[in-house]
Amino acid sequence: MAKPLIGVLAVQGAFIEHEHKLEQLGAQCVELRQASDLNQQFDGIVLPGGESTVQGKLLRELGMFDDLKARIASGIPVLATCAGMILLANEVSQGKGTGAKSLSTFAESVAGSTLHVTSNTPDPAAPPYFATMNIKVRRNAYGRQLGSFRAIEEFKGLGAVPMTFIRGPLVEEVGEGVEVLARVDGDIVAVRQDNQLALSFHPELDADNSIHQLFLDMVKNK
Amino acid sequence: MTEATENRSQLNRNLAQMLKGGVIMDVTTPEQAHIAEEAGACAVMALERIPADIRAAGGVSRMSDPKMIKGIQEAVSIPVMAKCRIGHFVEAQILEAIDIDYIDESEVLSPADDVYHIDKTKFAVPFVCGARDLGEALRRIAEGASMIRTKGEPGTGDVVQAVTHMRAMQSEIRRVAGMAEDELFEAAKQLGVPHALLKEVHDNGKLPVVNFAAGGVATPADAALMMQLGAEGVFVGSGIFKSGNPAKRAAAIVKAVANYTDAKLIAELSEDLGEAMVGINESEIALLMAERGK
Repeated sequence: MAKPLIGVLAVQGAFIEHEHKLEQLGAQCVELRQASDLNQQFDGIVLPGGESTVQGKLLRELGMFDDLKARIASGIPVLATCAGMILLANEVSQGKGTGAKSLSTFAESVAGSTLHVTSNTPDPAAPPYFATMNIKVRRNAYGRQLGSFRAIEEFKGLGAVPMTFIRGPLVEEVGEGVEVLARVDGDIVAVRQDNQLALSFHPELDADNSIHQLFLDMVKNK
Repeated sequence: MTEATENRSQLNRNLAQMLKGGVIMDVTTPEQAHIAEEAGACAVMALERIPADIRAAGGVSRMSDPKMIKGIQEAVSIPVMAKCRIGHFVEAQILEAIDIDYIDESEVLSPADDVYHIDKTKFAVPFVCGARDLGEALRRIAEGASMIRTKGEPGTGDVVQAVTHMRAMQSEIRRVAGMAEDELFEAAKQLGVPHALLKEVHDNGKLPVVNFAAGGVATPADAALMMQLGAEGVFVGSGIFKSGNPAKRAAAIVKAVANYTDAKLIAELSEDLGEAMVGINESEIALLMAERGK
């Protein structure tokens, strides 16, 4: 088989780390920065870590949102880490004490605010985004940077895997068709629904390659 | 280093990796923070006065009121950074106590210590520091900084210093990468940096931490220039909220950073942005903030 070609969303965040890992494992990568980068076929998609508000907004405003959503819905294998998991989730809530009052609540709280909140102009930076995965995700679930941590836990089918959480989200609820692959302290941190593999943590930051290999196996067996 | 502090230092470098390809914006109110987040900022820097006003006001400039910083933490979901004075480890302790995501030990504020920087290895919270060249960058990293930025002259709207620093840094990195291993000992001595860190630069051809551009970035073209010169992301201070249309300019800079080699797109983004900050020329200012802390 020819080298699989993986489209890596590259509008913001830690996408180069994913590319290095995938190239080590024999795949080729193409960076997705704007609509014209989608004028080709690729075999898998990586949605990297970063800030989901930035990525969600740029996906829409750089004209990539509908095309990528259609590809994901049609079954192309996807590896989504951290912010990427938020992009896939059906429903997104905010962690405690990490800001993000809704815009309307916020506008009310600012005396003499010049913010105009109208219901017919949705905030492009606000979730949900692709909403292709039957999960409810809590953003910044572990709080701010002082809550970031590293763990080594069982990952279904792979054994113990290092897991680095950076202001990470977690899965609050899973719906039909979603398989739970890993938990930390009882909380769900890795899930799969058919072609979509979503993680709260960052396998691209650790030396272990097993999760990227699992993703490439999904691409190969597609 | 114990395993726990090494772990923490790694996690702090990791957060900077997540900010890459993004724009960090100076904000002074929760409302500005909201505009920044909506425009696509990957983090905000909370401060009472933006550098242009600090420069205009003169006098001693200190850490912001923690209450003001907390107001901004409540307003946005993205990481919130704040500045402390060079060497003022108690201001840093205060910022850590209010759960800040990143501390900028910054030359923009008045230095509290004209010899020593903060021993940042003593903190759990991450630090970003300014650097004009490779030596300064590696000294800050040895002190525990987990992210570096250029020390472009803040509050001027003049990008010349940031360009100079980024070019100096990249050129020195290339020089070190090409050295024979036995030359590194002498180079470490001359640069005034630990040999182990210089060896890392030699082996990897890059700084051991993420490197952003800062100082004087005022337009989408400035931001893209810094990215093409090797910056991994951009801080924009006075350039946004000192301009005619902050929301539009901020969003345009974010898109220019995401597509920094696409001149056609940057041309479109540069249209109708309103007035850029007036700017003052580096040679016209009395105080060079980049000279603070070396």
